[in-house]
Parts: sequence; C-alpha cells; structure tokens
Amino acid sequence: MASRPDRGRVEINADECKGCLLCVSVCPTQVLARTTNLNKQGYFSVGYTGSGCTGCGFCFYTCPEPGAITIRRLEKSA
Amino acid sequence: MSAPNYKPHLSRSEIFYPTFERKSGNKEVTHYCPGCGHGSLHKMIAESIQDLGINDRTIFVSPVGCSVFAYYYFDTGNIQAPHGRAPAVGTGAQRARPHSVVISYQGDGDLAAIGLNEILQAANRGEKMVVFFVNNAIYGMTGGQMAPTTLPGMRTTTTPMGRDTRLAGNPTRMCELISTLDAPIYVARGCLASPKHTMRTRKLVRKALKMQTEGKGFCFVEVLSACPTGWGMQPVDSHQWILDNMVPQFPLEIFVDKTDLDHDDYIPPKAPSPETFHEVIRIADAANQMAPAQPETKYKDPRIKVAGFGGQGVLLLGLGLAQCGMMEGRHVTWLPSYGPEMRGGTAHCHVNIADEEIGSPLISKPTVLVAMNQPSLTKFEGELVEGALVIMNSSMVPNKPKRKDLELLELPATAIAEELGNARAANMVVLGAYAGYTGVLSLETCLESLKTLIKRQALVDLNVKAITKGFEFGKAARG
Ligand SMILES: Cc1ncc(C[n+]2csc(CCOP(=O)(O)OP(=O)(O)O)c2C)c(N)n1
Ligand code: SF4
Ligand code: SF4
Ligand code: SF4
Repeated sequence: MASRPDRGRVEINADECKGCLLCVSVCPTQVLARTTNLNKQGYFSVGYTGSGCTGCGFCFYTCPEPGAITIRRLEKSA
Repeated sequence: MSAPNYKPHLSRSEIFYPTFERKSGNKEVTHYCPGCGHGSLHKMIAESIQDLGINDRTIFVSPVGCSVFAYYYFDTGNIQAPHGRAPAVGTGAQRARPHSVVISYQGDGDLAAIGLNEILQAANRGEKMVVFFVNNAIYGMTGGQMAPTTLPGMRTTTTPMGRDTRLAGNPTRMCELISTLDAPIYVARGCLASPKHTMRTRKLVRKALKMQTEGKGFCFVEVLSACPTGWGMQPVDSHQWILDNMVPQFPLEIFVDKTDLDHDDYIPPKAPSPETFHEVIRIADAANQMAPAQPETKYKDPRIKVAGFGGQGVLLLGLGLAQCGMMEGRHVTWLPSYGPEMRGGTAHCHVNIADEEIGSPLISKPTVLVAMNQPSLTKFEGELVEGALVIMNSSMVPNKPKRKDLELLELPATAIAEELGNARAANMVVLGAYAGYTGVLSLETCLESLKTLIKRQALVDLNVKAITKGFEFGKAARG
C-alpha cells in the first residue's frame, strides 16, 4: 500500500522570515527548522524539512510576519 | 492515482498593503522585532476584517508606541492618534461616520498610563468601537521602561532592581477595571503564547469585530503579547515567560459578554452645522446686523480688561461689549477669568474687538481698563499700555491711578445707577459711557444688544436708561 500523501504543505518565504523560531517551537510534527540561509534582512531563515506537514496552521498564526508563511491543504479527492 | 492537489489554505491577508511603503527599511516586512506579538495580532485582525468584508468601512486608529506605524500595513481607513488618545479619536470617527467599524489599537503604556482616562471614559460611554489592547508589560518603543502592567519584581530600565510594588504600585488589570462599568458589551483577555491560546485569541478578535459590524457596542480585547526586545529574551523563551508569569497575574477570561442581549441602534445626533449654529445657541442674526460705528483711530481695535467685585456685573459688561462689537460686524472675543479670585474678591474678563482676526483672547497689555472698584485699578494699572484709557467707577474708586500717562474717564457709574433705581445697572452705565466717549460702538447697538443680554423683561427699561445716561455722560466728557 502506497503511503498516504501529507495533509498539508508549508512554504516559507525566506526573505520575509526574521528567524525568531516561534514557528519551529509550535509545530506539532516538528517539520520546520532553522537553516543556514542568511536572508537579505540578515536573519537565518527557517525552512520546511520536506514532509510531514499537516496543514494545522499553528505556525501561520504564530508567525508575526504577514507574508512569511503560506499553508496549503490537501484537496479532498473527488 | 493522480498527484495530490494542494489548495491554498492560509496566506498573506489582502487587508495588508501589497508592499509597506515605509520611509526606511525592507518594504516586504513589518518594522517589528523578531517574535513581537504585534505582528501576530495584526494578522488576526487582518484576517477577520477580510472574512467579514469590512475593510471599506473600517477606521483603524493607531496609537503612539511600537504599533504607531499600523497605517503602513492595513489597507483600511487610518488615523494615528496622539499618545493615549486613540479612544477619543475613535469616538470622533465613530460619531462622524456612525456605520463605520472603529478599531482603537493600543499598547499598555498608551492605554493604561497616559491614556487611562480616555479609555475609561470611552468604555463608560459605550462607544461603538473595538479596542485591541496589547499588554506586553513594558514600554516597548521607548526602550523598555516600566508600564502600569509591569509585573511585581520585573526588571525594566526604570525599575532596574525590579518593580517594587510599595514604591510603584501593582500591575493594572484593565479588563477587570473595565468590567466594573455598565456599558461595555464584551471584555475578554487572551494571549499569544501557545497555539492553543493563539487560536482562542483569534476567536476573541473575530467576535469583537463582528459585534462592530452589527453596531452593537464597546468591546475590549486584551492580548498578552511578547516583547522579546524589551524583555531581553529569545522569542521562544518569551512565550514561556508569558505563560509562567503574565497569565497568573492577568487571568485569561471572558469578563463580560452581553453580546446576545438586544441593543438599541442609537446613533448620536449630529453636531449642528455651521449654518444652523446661530439658531442652536440662539444668537440668530446677531452678527453684522448694525451699521459699524467709525471711531477715532486711537480707540480702534481695543483690548479691554473689565474688572470689579463679583456681583458688579463685570462679566456681563464684557459680554455686552463683545456682543455689540459682533453686531457691528467686528471680530470679537470674550474671556472670563475664573479662579479662586472669583470667590468674594475681584472678577475680571478680557474683551477684544477688532477689524482683523484675533490671535489670542487673552490680553496681557490692555488698551482699556474698566475699574469698577479700587482693588481692580491697583491690580491692573501696571499692565496697561502707555496712554491707555482708564474708565474708573469714581463712586467706588477714591484713589486715581498713580501713572501719569493714562487717559482718565471718571464716571460715577454706581451713583448714576442708584439714581435710576438700582445700583446693579452700573455696568450698563459703563457700556454706554464707553460707547459715548470712544465712539467704538453706537448707542443704537448698545440698546439693541439688551435683547440678548437681559433675559428679564422687567429690567430692560432700567438698562435702557442706564446705557443712555452713560452714553450722554461719556459723550459730554469727551467734549
Ligand atoms: C505625549 C507623549 N508622551 C510620551 C511619549 C513617549 N512614548 C512613546 S511610545 C511610549 C510608550 C509606548 O509603550 P506601549 O504603549 O506599551 O507600546 P509598545 O511600544 O510597548 O507597543 C512613550 C512613553 C510620546 N511619544 N508622547
Ligand atoms: S502547518 Fe502545522 S504541521 Fe505544517 S508546518 Fe505549520 S505547524 Fe507544522
Ligand atoms: S515564525 Fe515567521 S519569522 Fe519567525 S522564524 Fe518562523 S517564519 Fe520566520
Ligand atoms: S520593542 Fe517590543 S513591542 Fe516593540 S517591536 Fe520590538 S518586540 Fe515589539
């Protein structure tokens, strides 16, 4: 049996991240992490480790920046 | 099986401007420090405004504090208020546009310190607005000084040893204070220190905004919020600190919820328009109704001080002078001096009558002094300009001015009034005498002004005589 697709997907806009790590601390599945990317504001941005996002949105509501995080959710298959 | 399809769920709110046209800094991001609670709360507010579809009727009043620049972010109506005054500004906005959604966004220094009066008065009046109160226990913008909400023992730049409650009082609990008032319909406290709390706060924000769309009443939502910079902490630690230290001081409760009760759709009456103002204060067609007198140049544009005992009618005399000037189409001001001296001692007022607009109603160098009693002459003689006119009530002022440069009109006003039957008409004797002596006002105007000045018809006759006698006296003295 093929593994089920993740329920959500998170995108980090690296240049708008201020590296506060709040999103990392609230993610229930621990799929966000600090990166070594120094963005144009001078912060080490966070990034998605690549799988396991549930689309819960905790990181979105915790992040203070309007555009740093975008969440997508898996479309219920028709 | 086709590839899984992911549809957008949460993204940048359209209520935020596409770019933030700030004067300096990166235009894609806010000016807030990493981990600052202001940003998270902004996002919740923006989301609710968008979902409720109210951006075109929202007036966002930003405070003084770190959130002073909210107008760079929210694509709504924006006003930036002086420190602590956002609820007063919001009141004005709401009354001018009763169907708008007014947001007063304030920090704890702004709301609980300098603006404590404004918030309590607005709450007590039940103004239709929502207040978002960011409690971060500190003055963020100015560098981390103690706020009214600073916790006992908490170190700030102004409490380097920790807040000593015996010296600096205890933290102010604003929700609890506001809950004691009758008018607010929704008072709640949330916090942004964990996903659970954050999602609950989101609901409080949404509910309070929704109430505004229904015109329901005053809503107050306090949000415990991190200021990692002011607290000298990493953002993640600051969230733990809120849970450990702030929440015990500031319980997360819904203190008032009257949102289900019926509300009247009372809309405050509009202030009278400038056109109807005269009618409202019943000075209809007073201005410009009389032909202006043509005084000698040296008496033009007088700056008059009228002084005497309380009870001698000096304030009414001042009003009469101003009223007459206005009737003759002049610019006028009348400024009574209230104060401890009103109780028993001397009373005085300032009157300007001028062809040009008047800068200040306060007169520091009078060109005319009316001295109804001796103390008034003694007190104000010194401040007169050189060659000023002194009208002294010689019935009650035995000693003439010491200065020799002054022009003197000795007028036995009280004696004349007594002869007419009532000493209290002395003030109108002076009005007539001033007009007769200087020519600044016509006799007709003085008599006409009585219609406004004297309410009791029985007294009009007496005052007509008083003015006329005074006018004749003044004119004769001038020669
Ligand atoms: C009349 C006036 N007094 C004082 C100040 C200085 N001042 C600017 S912001 C501020 C306090 C802000 O603290 P708070 O309201 O808690 O907002 P925060 O910055 O923490 O968000 C003060 C005292 C001012 N700008 N105007
Ligand atoms: S949406 Fe939820 S699961 Fe996905 S990254 Fe954010 S916090 Fe983690
Ligand atoms: S919460 Fe936002 S700003 Fe902070 S690290 Fe995560 S993405 Fe960056
Ligand atoms: S000083 Fe504090 S309140 Fe101000 S932006 Fe920074 S973290 Fe936020």
